[in-house]
Amino acid sequence: MQRKSLDLWVGLFVLLGAAALFFLAMKAGNMSALSFEKTYPVVTKFDNIGGLKPRAPVKSAGVVVGRVGDIRFDDKSYQAVVTLEIESSYKFPKDTSAKILTSGLLGEQYIGLEAGGDTNNLVAGDRIKMTQSAVVLESLISQFLYSKAAEGKESEK
Amino acid sequence: MMGPISALGRWVRESVTNAGFATRTFLALLATTPGLLRRPRLVTDQVHFIGNYSLVIIGVSGLFVGFVLGLQGYYTLNRYGSEEALGLLVALSLTRELGPVVTALLFAGRAGTSLTAEIGLMKAGEQLAAMEMMAVNPLQRVVAPRFWAGVIAMPLLAAIFSAVGVVGGYIVGVLMIGVDEGAFWSQMQAGVDVWKDIANGVIKSVVFGFAVTFTALFQGYEAQPTPEGVARATTRTVVIASLTVLWLDFLLTALMFD
Repeated sequence: MQRKSLDLWVGLFVLLGAAALFFLAMKAGNMSALSFEKTYPVVTKFDNIGGLKPRAPVKSAGVVVGRVGDIRFDDKSYQAVVTLEIESSYKFPKDTSAKILTSGLLGEQYIGLEAGGDTNNLVAGDRIKMTQSAVVLESLISQFLYSKAAEGKESEK
Repeated sequence: MMGPISALGRWVRESVTNAGFATRTFLALLATTPGLLRRPRLVTDQVHFIGNYSLVIIGVSGLFVGFVLGLQGYYTLNRYGSEEALGLLVALSLTRELGPVVTALLFAGRAGTSLTAEIGLMKAGEQLAAMEMMAVNPLQRVVAPRFWAGVIAMPLLAAIFSAVGVVGGYIVGVLMIGVDEGAFWSQMQAGVDVWKDIANGVIKSVVFGFAVTFTALFQGYEAQPTPEGVARATTRTVVIASLTVLWLDFLLTALMFD
């Protein structure tokens, strides 16, 4: 009888540990966001990806429709080649455009898709041709400074 | 002039001998494991002794570490106006670092010392020698069940510590200070990766389980069979196990999260 109650306590301990891991994975981690839905790859090229990371979300109209697959550098065109894994249940027209956006002022970067008007849909392995690079804060500031300086010169004339 | 140099030489020679002996004991321990599968009861008993009895100290420590992380994290993040990231800060620090490390340190103090004292006293009472006389391998009958029980219990305890800590952070951050609840959880879920953060934390705790349990058992097994010897072995368990955990943690962190 004593054996049985001891086994029960050990079993409870192991279950508690497993429950703690499950809680961490589901509630603290991104396990619930991990979808095991089938995806199809779409390739995009960007001049500058800024701080985009693999597994960043791909959103359309603010809804997550996929994840960033891998990111490589193409030494022929000197551009970044980003593979997007889009969930198979979502179809996008061929002339969809991709932008790298930032959530919040300094938040994480994600890819935003804007659907076009083409009647044919993107299929696995297609390339999105219209892309817009990430906004790099330094170049934005330098552009602003240059335009300010140019204004200053014009007013002197 | 020659004194310190020969002392150094002796120290090196003894360290090498010790390291070799520990490795041999470890391999002998692993070799007895298949025989243990026929008597899983021995391991269950020890899981009860090592795991269940450590639950209270692990749970309470986890809760308070979570509380403190919530308070201190809020204080720092508030300066940058990003209190919403509190959930992320609490969850990342617990799963990646504090969960495995603090649990291993507590585990060395709570379970490791009792293992060392138990085996050291068995040795002092010549119980281990008596077993050998009866053709029972004490490594298999006494040491191996405790070893595997420690390896099983440690990751479970670390997971419980982290989970309770996250709840503690939630209690202080959301319920007491008033950080937005939705932001607390969503920032956490966006930033904590199941494989990169949680699974690596589990790997850490498994490695620490091996290190702490083996250190405790080896110190007990090699203790001088006197009351003083057992006392010294118990102290050494805490010192060596804690230092091992800390440098292993540095090594694993450098390898995992480059």
